[in-house]
Amino acid sequence: MPTLGKVRPHPTQNEPLLFELSRPGKRGYQLPPLDVPEASPEEALGAENVRREIEDFPELSEVEVLRHFTRLSTWNYAIDLGMFPLGSCTMKYNPRINEAAARVEPLAWAHPYQPEELSQGAMEIIATLEQYLAEIFGMSEVTLQPAAGAHGEYTGIMLIRAYLAAQGNPRKVVLVPDSAHGTNPATAVIAGYEVKTLASNDRGMTDPAAVAAAVNEDVAALMITNPNTLGVFEEHIEEIAEILHAKGAQLYMDGANLNALVGVARPGDFGVDVLHANLHKTFSTPHGGGGPGAGAVGVKPHLAPFLPVPRLKREGGLLRWDYDRPQSIGRVRAFYGNFGVMIRALAYILAHGGEGLRRATLDALLNANYVRARLEPYYQIAYPSRSMHECVFSDARQEKRGVRTMDIAKRLLDYGFHPYTVSFPLIVHGAMMIEPTETEPKAELDAFCDALIAIAQEVEENPELVKSAPHSTRVSRVDEVSAARKPRVRWTREAAG
Amino acid sequence: MRYLPNSDADRQAMLAACGLSSLEDLYRHVPENALIREPLKIPPGMSEYEIMAYFRAQAEKMAHGYASFLGAGVYAHYRPVLCDVIAQRGEFLTSYTPYQAEYAQGTLQSIFEFQTLICQLTGMEVANASMYDGSTAVAEAAMMAYRITGRSKFFAPLNLHPEYRQVLDTAAHNARMSVATYPYDAATGQADLAALERLLDEETACVILQSPNFFGVVEDVRAAAEIAHRRGALLVVVFTEAVSLGLLEPPRDADIVAGELQSFAISPSYGGPFAGVIATKEKYIRQIPGRLAGETRDQDGNRAFCLTLSTREQHIRREKATSNICTNQALVALMATVFLSVYGKQGLRELAVQNLSKAHYLAGGLELRFTGKFFNEFVVKPRRMTPQQALERLLEKKILGGVALARFYPELADCLLVCATEMNRREDMDALKEVLA
Repeated sequence: MPTLGKVRPHPTQNEPLLFELSRPGKRGYQLPPLDVPEASPEEALGAENVRREIEDFPELSEVEVLRHFTRLSTWNYAIDLGMFPLGSCTMKYNPRINEAAARVEPLAWAHPYQPEELSQGAMEIIATLEQYLAEIFGMSEVTLQPAAGAHGEYTGIMLIRAYLAAQGNPRKVVLVPDSAHGTNPATAVIAGYEVKTLASNDRGMTDPAAVAAAVNEDVAALMITNPNTLGVFEEHIEEIAEILHAKGAQLYMDGANLNALVGVARPGDFGVDVLHANLHKTFSTPHGGGGPGAGAVGVKPHLAPFLPVPRLKREGGLLRWDYDRPQSIGRVRAFYGNFGVMIRALAYILAHGGEGLRRATLDALLNANYVRARLEPYYQIAYPSRSMHECVFSDARQEKRGVRTMDIAKRLLDYGFHPYTVSFPLIVHGAMMIEPTETEPKAELDAFCDALIAIAQEVEENPELVKSAPHSTRVSRVDEVSAARKPRVRWTREAAG
Repeated sequence: MRYLPNSDADRQAMLAACGLSSLEDLYRHVPENALIREPLKIPPGMSEYEIMAYFRAQAEKMAHGYASFLGAGVYAHYRPVLCDVIAQRGEFLTSYTPYQAEYAQGTLQSIFEFQTLICQLTGMEVANASMYDGSTAVAEAAMMAYRITGRSKFFAPLNLHPEYRQVLDTAAHNARMSVATYPYDAATGQADLAALERLLDEETACVILQSPNFFGVVEDVRAAAEIAHRRGALLVVVFTEAVSLGLLEPPRDADIVAGELQSFAISPSYGGPFAGVIATKEKYIRQIPGRLAGETRDQDGNRAFCLTLSTREQHIRREKATSNICTNQALVALMATVFLSVYGKQGLRELAVQNLSKAHYLAGGLELRFTGKFFNEFVVKPRRMTPQQALERLLEKKILGGVALARFYPELADCLLVCATEMNRREDMDALKEVLA
């Protein structure tokens, strides 16, 4: 087999579903002997409440379970295998010390209702992380209760609604630039607002004049991402904040791209009233194939009374959970948030320190600009503005040969790289959105750029090769259209025949 | 900084390729006013050794070596070693949401298996790939009921987990919808379905019912479904103790099931991360929030999996999405999947029987507040002292004795909510009984 980029194809093993592997009578567990009399389910629960069996539930031995999931794991790409250049996703190295810290037993096994006197360590960790994040954001207070970024957005918009309602009018409209993440408009609607979209200007920025024209006494807030999803710093951010504030509206910032700013600029300093950041992006907690994350929300003092309950409070040398917050929006999640994720994020911050965080940001900017510089001769940059931590190209040149961004993305798989973000932001025709993060060595960036340059060449010489990619992955291009047409979202014995 | 892989020579070469002379040039275009004015007030970076020492020092200030009878939505169950072994494989731990199906078949097949297991456990036909937790799953289930029925009022019982009810209140309030409550039967601890029938009106999108409920008592799902359906409302059944599904009849009469999977191999971790789930009937598949994995084929006809029906989701549908959820709890759902594979059909039942047996042994001779049938937790009234005194007495014996219900229910201020799982030893149970009896 020939080598392509950093890839040489090798066999992976087939693996059926758990349910197909299952054989009656197999077991992978052993419980300790019961040290009390065994209760009769029928007597204890009532015969009508007891199920006869869990139909078709799997029966497997321990070694088969281990092999099953290990084999499945080999079908995945991961940060541990190489660069994951998804734009606005900040797929950086996930330090393993974070995992070790989260598994320290008295922290991992802490029950949320154990006495506060016996929970001071966990509470101290939360308080310290809140304090460091407030410092990084330039905000006065931070809540860590939201479970993820979108949940943080939802919390942030509810804070704005509660604040405005306390002033007498919650208002009706939230402005969202057309470059925003899909979660922004979805969040505004769920929090009870109408969404009005603002067009970006020809530099890929939000235009203060457009904001001024759109803002009135009905507008509650503008939700902005900075740097935005084009990887461009919103240079008029302070002017935009002034325009909004003059009309009593709030500036909400989506911190999805905070990795471009830590230690270099603080949203609180450039006029943002409320901000959410994803601990699973900038703060290195693992994505785990889609979660868990945690959404930190930072606010200016005028929004602090509305933060979710409970809040931490120091009282006589002890930390306490304070539930007596009459203006609070209430709870957004049971208990105190994704504590295990907070441990990992704090471990990340401790490892860097203040200066280390700034150095990481500079390397993130450098890596993105280096990729841009290497690829610009071959791909059309979407906007000429300077890039921060990510760069966005268009497939305009390749489209002339009938090859689109998705085809190039699939061909990248053959070269051993996870694709960039495809077709987003929507305002770029055939977008290719690339965020390398600071944890990629130059050699990996070069291999990635070499791959994309080689693909640009293939588009000229053999476009069909690219359009029919991938050719070396475990499965060839997956038919997503028929999956949606007739959804099969579980295994059943009947359907399996 | 040890996580930054480039050498200074690399940096110089890269800056040169960008036509820049210093790292600071990278943000020269950012307006001066927007830049940070002084260095971050965060101490210098630490070594691994120092980081572990910091967290161990925090751990010293936590309960350690206590026998625990705390439940109330978070349960201490044994975690088979394989759960962590699989979850720590970098290919699962450090992979992204499986949008690029060809490079994520492992995650996708495991989600498909997860969805199937949840359907088998709950008696539903569709389950999503996970929600943040049980509390947010209930709020999302209510919103789903609103989309299906066009009605905007939800009925929640007072024996629904109080923090879940608070989360539902927050969500409903902001969506300009309303939550009405219905009482529990003061004798049995079950939801008062007769009262529900009197209160329920034709504006109600769904009736919510938790089983086993917050007091640990098993509910009559079928009767609640009949009442809800008579008024054109859906029934949302909630569970917080997932191990109970190994033994209890699945809530087949529900229209939506919303639950918390923490019991399946997820450490209590001071309240999270856990994993919630929503399951429903096939006819409501287009209204379910969150990600779904589906089976399909690749171009060569091989079985393959991909995320599907994403036109429900925010990244496609934007303001018309069913929910704004994006990141979910995938890795936690994977741990639950491994847990269920290890225990399997017989094991989950045996595990549930052990829980049932321990709790019923523990309850023997105590003054139970309610007469309803319970699974592995129950409400007890200490005979000789107040709940607070009992908890203090137990702390001296290194026992976390349960949750004092005064914090949620003034009328139950003389009671504790106590839970027993397979982790509790008989000698600790005897010590607890001695104080409470």
